[in-house]
Amino acid sequence: MTDASAYDAPSAGAVAPPKEAGFGDFVQLLKPRVMSLVVFTALVGLFVAPVSLHPVEAFAAILFIALGAGASGALNMWWDADIDAVMNRTKTRPIPAGKVQPGEALGIGLALSGLSVIMLALAANIAAAGLLAFTIFFYAVIYSMGLKRTTPQNIVIGGAAGAFPPMIGWVAATGSIGYEAVLMFALIFMWTPPHFWALALFMKEDYHAAGVPMLTVTHGRKATRAHILGYTLALLPVPVLAALSPIGGPLTMAVVIALNLWFVIGAVRIWRRDEVMAVADGYRVEKTFFAFSILYLFLHFGAFLTEALLGPYGFGGW
Amino acid sequence: MAFRAPHEIHTRRFGRNAGLGIALVVMIALTFALTVVKVTRGDPMRAFDHQVRPELLPKDAVEEPEGS
Repeated sequence: MTDASAYDAPSAGAVAPPKEAGFGDFVQLLKPRVMSLVVFTALVGLFVAPVSLHPVEAFAAILFIALGAGASGALNMWWDADIDAVMNRTKTRPIPAGKVQPGEALGIGLALSGLSVIMLALAANIAAAGLLAFTIFFYAVIYSMGLKRTTPQNIVIGGAAGAFPPMIGWVAATGSIGYEAVLMFALIFMWTPPHFWALALFMKEDYHAAGVPMLTVTHGRKATRAHILGYTLALLPVPVLAALSPIGGPLTMAVVIALNLWFVIGAVRIWRRDEVMAVADGYRVEKTFFAFSILYLFLHFGAFLTEALLGPYGFGGW
Repeated sequence: MAFRAPHEIHTRRFGRNAGLGIALVVMIALTFALTVVKVTRGDPMRAFDHQVRPELLPKDAVEEPEGS
């Protein structure tokens, strides 16, 4: 009897055959959508830096930063498998779906963490590799194991993990941290809370069921709406400063003004609504704000990248 | 005798093995390309090995001998 025929003819009363993961299931373990944001922001951080890398080194640096981000995603899925199984948004992930075993996810996460850090050190420099190692540790240990299940400020502090990639890209090129890299970090760090709290407003039941102390669960939706507005206003100076810095320029400033005006209007609309209004229209405003927040970040970093690309032709920058 | 159609498990395993193979080939190619770039550019290929070797120090860190 072959292994295939063994699955074909289960004996009476036998348990369901184990699902075997395909390559795509292991790719899903690395959170490819999050990786796409990491690739883009790291690429911008690397390109806007005043030092340029050889294209092969730049490609390798971006690839290994993305791989490090994927590794931390796998470690996060390994640790959070129990709550992922409860939440509608995450219950189809490879571990709760039974396609990948938790031990496999842990092994892949640890192996890719080591590989990505060592290869980034060889491709770029040790400072960038150290920062990548810290980012993986921050996301997998500090955020996933520490903050996520203990404090409603989980995503405020945990947002740092998603904010590091452009800084790593910058350090990969220059070997040190410049204030422009800090501004790019701050932009993502301050953007994360309103982005995720908007999601939590229309996904509240998920977090409630999983026992994750999101602000919506611990402080209620009214407080969450006020926090979204507060953090959106606190975010404002960061893109303005970035637009005034050497990585910005007139184009970036125009983009910053338009996007932030739109973002503040969205936050005010969320703040002025209550649950009755939100339920009545199926959280339309909150969902629009959430979708726009993704575009907000891509367009800001797109503007930085455009300034850098136009620079050699005498158009980008101040 | 006709071959049996491959079972879904074998198809899935083939996809997994092919994916892993491609990932390994990309890794080898990238490592080779990185090596070519760094060697061609003349990056230092030796590091500290429990013995001070002045030729590995940056030029401005090596003191000029007096009278030279």
